[in-house]
Amino acid sequence: MADVQERRTDFGPPHYEQFLPPIIKENYGKWKYHEILKPGVMVHVSETGDKLFTIRAASPRLVCIDKIRDYCDLADKYCDGYLRFTSRHNVEFLLTKHENIEPLVADLKKLGHPIGGMGNSITSIVHTQGWVHCHSAATDASGIVKSVMDDLSEYFENMKLPGKLRIALACCLNMCGAVHCSDIAILGIHRRPPRTDHTRVKAMCEIPSVSASCPTAAIRPATVDGRASVEVIEERCMYCANCFTVCPAMPMADPLNDGVSIWIGGKVSNARSEPTFSKLAIPFIPNNPPRWPEVTQAVRGLVELWASNANKYERMGEWINRIGWPKFFRMSGIEFQKEHIDDFKHAGLTYKRSTHLTF
Amino acid sequence: MADLPKTPLLDELESGPFPSFVSEIKRAAEKNDMSKDLLGQLEQSYREKIGHWKHGGIVGVMGYGGGVIGRYSDLPKEWPNISHFHTMRINHPSGWFYTSKSLREICNIWEKHGSGLTNMHGSTGDIILLGTTTDHLEPVFEELGKIDFDIGGSGSDLRTPSCCCGQARCEWACYDTMALTYDLTMHYQDELHRPAFPYKFKFKMSGCPNDCVASIARSDMSIIGTWRDSIQIDQDAVREYADKGMDIRSDVIGNCPAKCMDFDGKELHIENSYCVRCMHCINVMPKALRPGKDKGATVLLGSKAPIVEGAMLSSVLIPFWKLEPPYSDLKEIVDNIWDVWCEDGKARERVGEFIQRVGLGNFLDAIGLEPVAEMVAHPRENPYVFYEDYFEEGDEEEEEKG
Repeated sequence: MADVQERRTDFGPPHYEQFLPPIIKENYGKWKYHEILKPGVMVHVSETGDKLFTIRAASPRLVCIDKIRDYCDLADKYCDGYLRFTSRHNVEFLLTKHENIEPLVADLKKLGHPIGGMGNSITSIVHTQGWVHCHSAATDASGIVKSVMDDLSEYFENMKLPGKLRIALACCLNMCGAVHCSDIAILGIHRRPPRTDHTRVKAMCEIPSVSASCPTAAIRPATVDGRASVEVIEERCMYCANCFTVCPAMPMADPLNDGVSIWIGGKVSNARSEPTFSKLAIPFIPNNPPRWPEVTQAVRGLVELWASNANKYERMGEWINRIGWPKFFRMSGIEFQKEHIDDFKHAGLTYKRSTHLTF
Repeated sequence: MADLPKTPLLDELESGPFPSFVSEIKRAAEKNDMSKDLLGQLEQSYREKIGHWKHGGIVGVMGYGGGVIGRYSDLPKEWPNISHFHTMRINHPSGWFYTSKSLREICNIWEKHGSGLTNMHGSTGDIILLGTTTDHLEPVFEELGKIDFDIGGSGSDLRTPSCCCGQARCEWACYDTMALTYDLTMHYQDELHRPAFPYKFKFKMSGCPNDCVASIARSDMSIIGTWRDSIQIDQDAVREYADKGMDIRSDVIGNCPAKCMDFDGKELHIENSYCVRCMHCINVMPKALRPGKDKGATVLLGSKAPIVEGAMLSSVLIPFWKLEPPYSDLKEIVDNIWDVWCEDGKARERVGEFIQRVGLGNFLDAIGLEPVAEMVAHPRENPYVFYEDYFEEGDEEEEEKG
């Protein structure tokens, strides 16, 4: 046990300072302004006059170690070995020499990584694991992301949109990617109640916790075929899968009923309007791997409708707030259905409570 | 390449202008059997439209209760090399800055002990090392320790705190996000590594109200930089924007939510006492406008995704704090919040849901904070007000005598 006592634990992450290039150490907290020189390339100018150039490249988030080594080679070649990643999975190279910009951009293109995602663009999609590595996925994540971004790559590489557009994808309602405040959120959903394996509930799950886990009180303890288990009142189930999270004997995934929903108009930034949740636009699109054409088409339709109608700087939700949701549904051709009407807590606050209507 | 499984569906995801995750898995599969089997199982998922991972199990490194996600294939016979395929979450450095040297060292460790696949990064911010077996967890931890990388959070613990690049590369950062993130991470190592909360707890630090790490949407405590004094204006630079064709009246003033700006063609005037610090004018004229000099942060509490009781945004707890080391005020309030939530929170109840259940007023009493108007969008609209005491006949006289 001596080893255990001597074992070093709780030492935390390495201090960030050792990873900062000298120009950042010298200008920490002294940056004065920045400018986007062209899509994917910006310069930060310090009060001291120093200039730091950043080149932002797309990344699939799921990267193999040899790809990371490729990034390292480029950082060594052009940036004295310094690089970083963004909150939306892009890789950024930090340069002090202006003349290194074009060669690095060319090398990144050779590597197959487009430059962009700055300013009024669509940057990389924040997303989850999907079928690559998750037990609760209602759809894949990486495949849809790849397909959507292939289709929208022009908007990653230019800055022609009215404002920023942020897309996020979560493969189930747990939303590891916290997609619920995105301009466009792609959310995997189940549509069938759990299929309880009554032979395993008692052994694998704590029955009171399983009952308590249900936000609509649809689960109660029951004896089934002489076994202690639970029963699900199916008409109360809205397929959140919280029961499955606490009880593996209640699987939700189902190829016939799983798929994707699309939510729009959310944002996290405080700019102009307050941060807000995304709202349901398209209740359900079946899973159609490998390229989910119905999803990419729907997303492109939403992007283009917004882009051709929004005012400068107006985010998706700001535009829809201005024109009103009925007009949005008329313009988009999306059919308004019962599923669009909230029926969870505080649903009444989402009803239209005025005569401010367009015709 | 010859012995990679056939993947006609996934192969379709190798074309197109965006970098392909399938190409990444294939590249790893050339020298790693786990990645090879992952490719095969993923192709099967694409064919069958269903995932093939079992519910996680409890695995980890000695002395730690979190940071490793147990993952097992439900097709272990077909894909034996990923029958165990656990994820390790590695606490990233603040701001996701690296040197090539440090990344190469991580790659070398993962080449030896795992699938060779990673996420740079996971949603919470950690470096995700995707796929290894139980017997490799300790060696990975030991070798990562030699280069000073520790494990991140998972389960009902403090999750790995994360932040924007802050003052390292942004002129808008109103406090040192990277320093605070590092400080909180080090101060709360025990909470990070040993799950003892009702459910997860996340800190996210954003340097300004643009909130590049989405802290207001997905962290139990959102710490967002702001300022109290006046926006700094360089009038020459304002005129330069105007001269270069910016329509300041429509592009800037027309979008001001507080209607607190005016431009007479020469000078931009801002009535700062009405400014809501939204950042729009600063975002569109970064050369001319900057946040004020009296900087700090707003501390908000309670955001989360839908599970269980519905999604929430964080709401204001502290309108303004200077937030300087050693951050004692912040740590005191965090400790108070955790005490109350750990005592009375239910299993899988996030702090935001807990506040909804007990009421913000009662929660403030419990953590010892006075209510202020900044905490609400508006005062209550219903008359169902609780009072703790009421007068009995004669109480008034008693009080007068007292």
